[in-house]
Amino acid sequence: MPKKTVYSAKIEHIQILDEQGKLDASLAKDTLKDDEVVFLYEQMSISRHYDEIAFKLQRSGRMGTYPQNKGQEAGPAGAGYAIKKRGSIDWICPCYRENLALFLNGMPMEHILLHWMGDERGNQIPPGVNILPIAIPIGTQPLHAAGIAWAQKYQKTGAAAVTFFGDGATSEGDVHEAMNFASALKLPVVFFCQNNFWAISVPREVQTGSETIAQKGLAYGMPSYQIDGNDIFASYKTVRDALKTAVEDNQPVFIEAITYRLGDHTTADDARRYRDEKIVEQWRKKDPLIRTRKYLESKKMWSDKKQAELEAKAKELVDGVVKRAEGIATPAIGDIFDYSYAELPAELVRQRESMRTASLNEYPVTETLRR
Amino acid sequence: MATRVIQFREALREAMTEEMRRDPRIFLMGEEVAQYNGAYKVSQGMLEEFGPQRIIDAPISENGFAGLGIGAAMYGLRPIIEFMSWSFSLVAADQILNNAAKMLYMSGGQWGCPIVFRGNNGAGGQLGSTHSWCVEALYSNVPGLKIAIPSCPYDAKGLLKTAIRDPDPVFFLESERMLGDKGEVPEEEYTIPFGQAILRREGSDVTLVSFGRPVNFCMEAADELLQDGIACDVLDMRTVRPLDIDAIIASVKKTNRLVVVDQSWPFASVATEVITQTIERAFDHLDHEPVRVNTDDVPTPYAKNLEMEYLPNKGKIIAAVKSVVGTTV
Repeated sequence: MPKKTVYSAKIEHIQILDEQGKLDASLAKDTLKDDEVVFLYEQMSISRHYDEIAFKLQRSGRMGTYPQNKGQEAGPAGAGYAIKKRGSIDWICPCYRENLALFLNGMPMEHILLHWMGDERGNQIPPGVNILPIAIPIGTQPLHAAGIAWAQKYQKTGAAAVTFFGDGATSEGDVHEAMNFASALKLPVVFFCQNNFWAISVPREVQTGSETIAQKGLAYGMPSYQIDGNDIFASYKTVRDALKTAVEDNQPVFIEAITYRLGDHTTADDARRYRDEKIVEQWRKKDPLIRTRKYLESKKMWSDKKQAELEAKAKELVDGVVKRAEGIATPAIGDIFDYSYAELPAELVRQRESMRTASLNEYPVTETLRR
Repeated sequence: MATRVIQFREALREAMTEEMRRDPRIFLMGEEVAQYNGAYKVSQGMLEEFGPQRIIDAPISENGFAGLGIGAAMYGLRPIIEFMSWSFSLVAADQILNNAAKMLYMSGGQWGCPIVFRGNNGAGGQLGSTHSWCVEALYSNVPGLKIAIPSCPYDAKGLLKTAIRDPDPVFFLESERMLGDKGEVPEEEYTIPFGQAILRREGSDVTLVSFGRPVNFCMEAADELLQDGIACDVLDMRTVRPLDIDAIIASVKKTNRLVVVDQSWPFASVATEVITQTIERAFDHLDHEPVRVNTDDVPTPYAKNLEMEYLPNKGKIIAAVKSVVGTTV
């Protein structure tokens, strides 16, 4: 019998706005209007400023650890905007390097700072905002996205779940199980992988033997794309279309966004110790802010004056955010027991009343409790 | 109350079925729960009643359906996730311990996780060491979750209904060896509160504390001990988290002697915790050092005779009770 091909595949790479700020007009058709590009440029700039301030807060001892988003704003901007345009009905299941996607869909900016300052209340996401708490264990949240998508399908809400994760997370079993579930159960999930080439100090080529990360989505039977993750047009268009596919066909979609982590993994890391500065320098030229500004300037929609105004606006906005985050009173000591259960069990009531476990004697009277 | 005699597995099924009828947010997901009617026939007929939208066959991916359930629970549904065996929950540890148990706390009270994980726990009868896990010691160390462990059909139904309605994640530990056990279960609706032990036998000589399957061995032992004139308080804890330590202390203050029977390994087990708390709270009431009846401190043996010897049983319990009362009776 002759051999026959039972499966063959290709991965498309989508770029609409190149690093020179040149737009592919035919691909850009029916995507972002000029005023929307201005809006997203402003949002990315504000996010960048927020990022720099967060970094300085950490360096000056006012915040624990912070993972910079620097250089990766365009993917979350385009994806977040696609979600926003649908009325923010879709659920976002994030990790920690897509602040802008959250901000665009109702996450108060001070909550993210509060979280990294080390306060659980940063994850008290306001009701009506369809965003899960930031997931710090790598790759656990795509499964929650599958669960939320399952709930959307069951309740016929017409919404999807969008989950963000990095290239490193694609080595975790959870991510693969989430992809398998979403595809096998036909769930409306958009998997958005930010491939920034580094999982702390582990480079992308050590992470997987696959030529692309996108092809992993194909293996699970879902449409999969690789996009220029520093291009807001590509990100917006691909996520917009993916959401349509997810919701209308109950078909998950996988997107690999090629970007680069211009900062360290977190403030606890020093990437200079393991990265070639020449390569980092090449990526600095591909910065999404530079190309978007170039594009706007080429269309006479941006000027130094507008830039100065934007920078002043960003400073004022972020100053207010920092003030609000730092202005929240530290929790009372007795609050340590709150929230471990919906209703505090007897043993924890006992411990809270006494601030003691039984072995430090039962029920000593204490004056330290604020409640 | 009108009662009838049904199997443990039927009691579990009734609990899930009744709750699913009253709350459309509940769904059951697991390996073989739908088409195959459950690997142990606990969910028999449920696919027929509730359809594939609510009785869902999952790929063989425990971490996957545990995590999916957690996402659905955070959204507001009420998932019941069946592990064919709690032994298989180990691959889902990050989801069930690091996510389900901590989500409410880590989100400052905003994101609860009302989910039930249930399945067979403990030695099922020559399943070998990897498939015979007793998880109560391991998992009860983690705050944020609740652990229910019924010993009879009545409790299985009442506790499972409570578990399903509970706003926190509940680990519900069944036993393959008890699924065919029969017992009286009321026709009428009832639930059993968490954190309240039940006194199965009353006696003033020794307090016998247990939970899950070994409660039944304690009852056999207590019956036999009575013939020797030794009367035991047999406390069935029903839940180990929360633990009804007050009931244990009250009994120990009466009997002044404590034996704890626990089907998991002795080191840092629930038995250890019971004894520690008893010493903390009722040291002066003890007339004899407390004694544990656990398994041997080895992986569960595969060979039939070794497995039987490894587990707690009536004979070991009788010997333990006699050792704590022996010097004074």
